[in-house]
Amino acid sequence: MNKMEIKFDALSQNEAFARLAVSGFLLYKNPGINDMEDIKMAVSEAVTNSIIHAYKDGGTVRIYCEIHENEFMVTVEDYGKGIEDIALARRPLYTSKPHEERSGMGFTIMETFMDSISVSSEKDKGTKIIMYKELK
Amino acid sequence: MKIDSIISGNTFVIHLFGDVDHYSTEFIKKYIYDNIIPDIKNIVFNLEGVEFMDSSGIGMVLGRYKEMSEKMGTVALVGVKGNMERIYTLSGLYRIIKNYTTIDEALKSIKLRDGVYE
Repeated sequence: MNKMEIKFDALSQNEAFARLAVSGFLLYKNPGINDMEDIKMAVSEAVTNSIIHAYKDGGTVRIYCEIHENEFMVTVEDYGKGIEDIALARRPLYTSKPHEERSGMGFTIMETFMDSISVSSEKDKGTKIIMYKELK
Repeated sequence: MKIDSIISGNTFVIHLFGDVDHYSTEFIKKYIYDNIIPDIKNIVFNLEGVEFMDSSGIGMVLGRYKEMSEKMGTVALVGVKGNMERIYTLSGLYRIIKNYTTIDEALKSIKLRDGVYE
């Protein structure tokens, strides 16, 4: 088993860092280019959600990854306001910020590009997204 | 993120390089507002130099499409590939915004479209 953890400020300039940190951690497994791109996409969506929705006055995003043989797990967590209705948030094209040019595709992309995803959230405690993917 | 652009008739051709995410879409939007002229009613995004694009890019393209539609214009894409193509399909964006192989092809189709509307 191999694991890594990072914490960073919930600022949009850290989105690229988050993607590159996760893909850099995976590099030694020599994953296929498709797996790597899928994981970067899913991480980018989860991190962007935390940055846009979780905090009013800034906060922290935590990423935790584990690799067990070919099973990859990534957790993206924030300690912000939480998601009131997870089923609604996961609905394709739904956005809680219709005036901000959000496509409402974040969760749909995470679900499509990863093997499985679980979302847990508590009001004013934060949101935790756990995603799995088998590396080929 | 690096941006270059040229104006061709009433079309703004924007070449994007690097990653298109939530952070860089703010930069792209500002670039467009700072450089667009009133005559422009179409935008072509050349994505051949884009290495990564997530749903924030889809939102940004859709936002420009809404603005150009108000002027009876449109938005076209060039060089959608890889995972970008998957989210382009998944989001339904392809139904309203076409993807072309070359900028010439995109400009030609915009010209034809203008001919119909004018």
